[in-house]
Amino acid sequence: MDILIYGMVNSFSLALMAIGFTLVYGISRLPNFAHGALYVVTGFLVWSFLNILKIHYIFAILLGLLIMGLIGAFIYRFILIRVRGMATSEIIATYALGLAVLEFLRWKGFKGMTYTLPVFIEGSVSIGGTPVDLQRLIVIGIGIIVVAFMWLFTHFNKTGLALRGMAQDEHAAMMLGIDSDWMAVIAMAMGSILAGLSAIVLLPLGNIVVETGYNVLILSIAVCIVGGLGSWVGAILAAFMIGFIQIITVAYIQSHFHMVVALLAIIITLILRPSGLFGRQKELEERV
Amino acid sequence: MDKNRVTPERRKERLDRGIKVRTEGIYAIASWEEISYLVLPRLLLIVGLLLLPLLMPSLYWKRVISIVSIYALLALGFDFLAHFVGLVSLGGAFFVGTGGYIAAILNKAFGLSPTFTIPMATLAGAAICTLLLLPALPLRGVYFAIVTLMYPLVLARIIEALNILGGTDGILGVAGFPSRWIEQYLILLIIILALFGLRRLVNEDIGLVFRGVKDNDQAVRASGLSITFYKAIAVFIASGLGSLGGAYLSHIYMWSGISQFALDFSIIPIAATVIGGGGTLVGPLLGCFILVPVSELLRAFGTLRIVFYSLILMLFIMFRSEGIMVYAQRKYHQFERWVKV
Amino acid sequence: MSQEPILQVNKVCKSFGGVQALSNVSFEVSQGEVFGIIGPNGSGKTTLINCITGFIRMDSGRVLYRGREITNKPPNRIANLGVTRTFQIMRPYYSLPAYKNLIIPLFSPRARQSGGWRGGGKLGDRATVSIDILEEIGFERDSFVPYKLASSLPTGYLKRLELARCLALRPDIILCDEVFSGLSMSEIASMVPLIEKLQMDGITLVMIEHRLRELFRVANRVMVLNFGEKLTEGVPEEVMQDEKVKEAYLGSEKLLDYMFEA
Repeated sequence: MDILIYGMVNSFSLALMAIGFTLVYGISRLPNFAHGALYVVTGFLVWSFLNILKIHYIFAILLGLLIMGLIGAFIYRFILIRVRGMATSEIIATYALGLAVLEFLRWKGFKGMTYTLPVFIEGSVSIGGTPVDLQRLIVIGIGIIVVAFMWLFTHFNKTGLALRGMAQDEHAAMMLGIDSDWMAVIAMAMGSILAGLSAIVLLPLGNIVVETGYNVLILSIAVCIVGGLGSWVGAILAAFMIGFIQIITVAYIQSHFHMVVALLAIIITLILRPSGLFGRQKELEERV
Repeated sequence: MDKNRVTPERRKERLDRGIKVRTEGIYAIASWEEISYLVLPRLLLIVGLLLLPLLMPSLYWKRVISIVSIYALLALGFDFLAHFVGLVSLGGAFFVGTGGYIAAILNKAFGLSPTFTIPMATLAGAAICTLLLLPALPLRGVYFAIVTLMYPLVLARIIEALNILGGTDGILGVAGFPSRWIEQYLILLIIILALFGLRRLVNEDIGLVFRGVKDNDQAVRASGLSITFYKAIAVFIASGLGSLGGAYLSHIYMWSGISQFALDFSIIPIAATVIGGGGTLVGPLLGCFILVPVSELLRAFGTLRIVFYSLILMLFIMFRSEGIMVYAQRKYHQFERWVKV
Repeated sequence: MSQEPILQVNKVCKSFGGVQALSNVSFEVSQGEVFGIIGPNGSGKTTLINCITGFIRMDSGRVLYRGREITNKPPNRIANLGVTRTFQIMRPYYSLPAYKNLIIPLFSPRARQSGGWRGGGKLGDRATVSIDILEEIGFERDSFVPYKLASSLPTGYLKRLELARCLALRPDIILCDEVFSGLSMSEIASMVPLIEKLQMDGITLVMIEHRLRELFRVANRVMVLNFGEKLTEGVPEEVMQDEKVKEAYLGSEKLLDYMFEA
């Protein structure tokens, strides 16, 4: 029972982290190595709204998400657009950006125990004899909402459909009058908002530490590769696989193997099925 | 007003200089001028490198030269992989850490002297790195970057968590070099050899194969060559350079620890390559000799150094700068003048 | 000609997503013949070549080369056995001069083993060997054409460069993906004798083609594909008269005639 519940919580956390990364990659083929940095930045933003500006919690969250969206759009509009299409430069630019942000936060002294976000609702319930605090249940709830929203958005909204068109065939979409750059701006903005949202939901479970940024990046990449880069259905499934395996290793072997699971998952996927669980046909030909 | 302005009447004309001597395969060495035109830059570089330790004012700055050289090895490896084979490695720290730990273990557990540990760590480190990166090699795209990014982070985490290999303290009491002069001149010789060796390599036939792998992998496969094999060779070379640097580092500091997996080793070589001029092999070297001493000056600012590099790197990438060395080479080989149309 | 088949393709199937690109395609090619594969656009011709040479994994079916299984082997292994291909969209190394393009295939195990072009012993200087090959394929040796960057060569030469890349491997079979397409009439006129010469040299050719008239001049036998299925196979004259073939080309006899004229 423990494993089931904590596995669920862990899986939804991973799905939340990864969905932003996979969205951006799926739509505009940009590997956003600054994803982890965006996650941590949200944490600090909301923290400073709460503790320095003394804004109400809900407004702090909304403001934080709004700013994240703007940051995402800004990153694309001013940085990535210049290097679009040059794979090496895309990788290096996002990686450098992520590093700059994270290490700047580290230098500013954002570390240690002092920075935490409040939980949404205090308290815990007991499910089948296992005590679970409400925040963890909220993680599951928000996870489901985000997944459902993503599905509805990409299937019934014009912008969402355009995004899906971009993801499937950029050139065909451009010929149908979809602005590739504008879509990428939207994708980056949404990706950043999703990174921010996952931070707001997940960070109350622990402290805000710079290291989290690297962990989140690694975990979301692991999830995306196992699920198939750019496929968000695959990402959700992969989040469940990795999530449960992680919890099982933590329960039966040792908690340190947490990260090793992610690394091994990537390696095994690359060896057995490089296109991931749900990689599209195009990715199948990636193996050279 | 602006001297460089292009007007309808004026344009910039570029003329290649000394094209005769630079034409590949034809070694028309006709006069002293042409010989010196070719040899002088190389000579300047070698003599300059060899004089450096003598010019350094203090022991501290002499040590910095050794550190610069280690970064230079990494940067050479990065440039080689990125611009000649098409693999972007975000994990220079992975190579350094592997080499460093292997050298330290060989020295502590088997009592081997640096004469043996460094070559052994180079080869073993290269082999291990290549083996661990092998799953990413048959694939195109971002996989190699992702996997190289993950290894140093995760390996450091594992060593820390399991408390193996000395845990957070690292391996202490590794043997040092017999003398400071050996320490410095050996590494300087190594980088000169690595530089000219790699230059030779990329201009040989196998260098063409590497370029084929980078630009046109399907055609290489249709030509009957295994892409994975040639990528593995390239990764072996680059990770060997990195491991060599790592092993050297262990012996310089007489210590090997988690900080050898630190981000500095990943980001500085990339920044040095981009700033110095990617694809020139000399450029990254130059970049290191600019960036690493600056890094030493900024030591007081802690991790702000990394912010500084990352931002510079990003700006260079954003504005698609060609890098110092590419610019310098162009200026060296060409006359430029304004002509009236 | 026609002892035992050099290439046997047996019931190859391949689907992309829900689309059946190839279903149960079988054919045999004998040593030394020119085997043409024709069919309307989207009938799976290029996919077939991709499957045979290992660039795409086929779902089911077998490919035998001289009785040896090469099904779904990696492309480089297949090329090293002597089964080479050209690409429809030419893939030269644009940043290299034409003659350096051939240095890469000359680096392959097969080229090293067979030891140089037309002559035993050691593989000499790769550059000279590659110029020999280029001359053979119609690059003028004494001109500057072999030294030009591939990016500045006209289509006709790029098509030849594709063939030359195969020749550098000293192949037994070349699978040509539309070598005539995109060429002017005069370029085609000089390409046809080249194909004939390759056949004389004992190389088996499998040619995918849209230019039926030129193909029928050189081909010994022709197979027709439509929607991933094999319609018919036979000598060109028979195939031309086949009702199913006429139907496949949009059901219009005129179109078929037009294709011959074009």
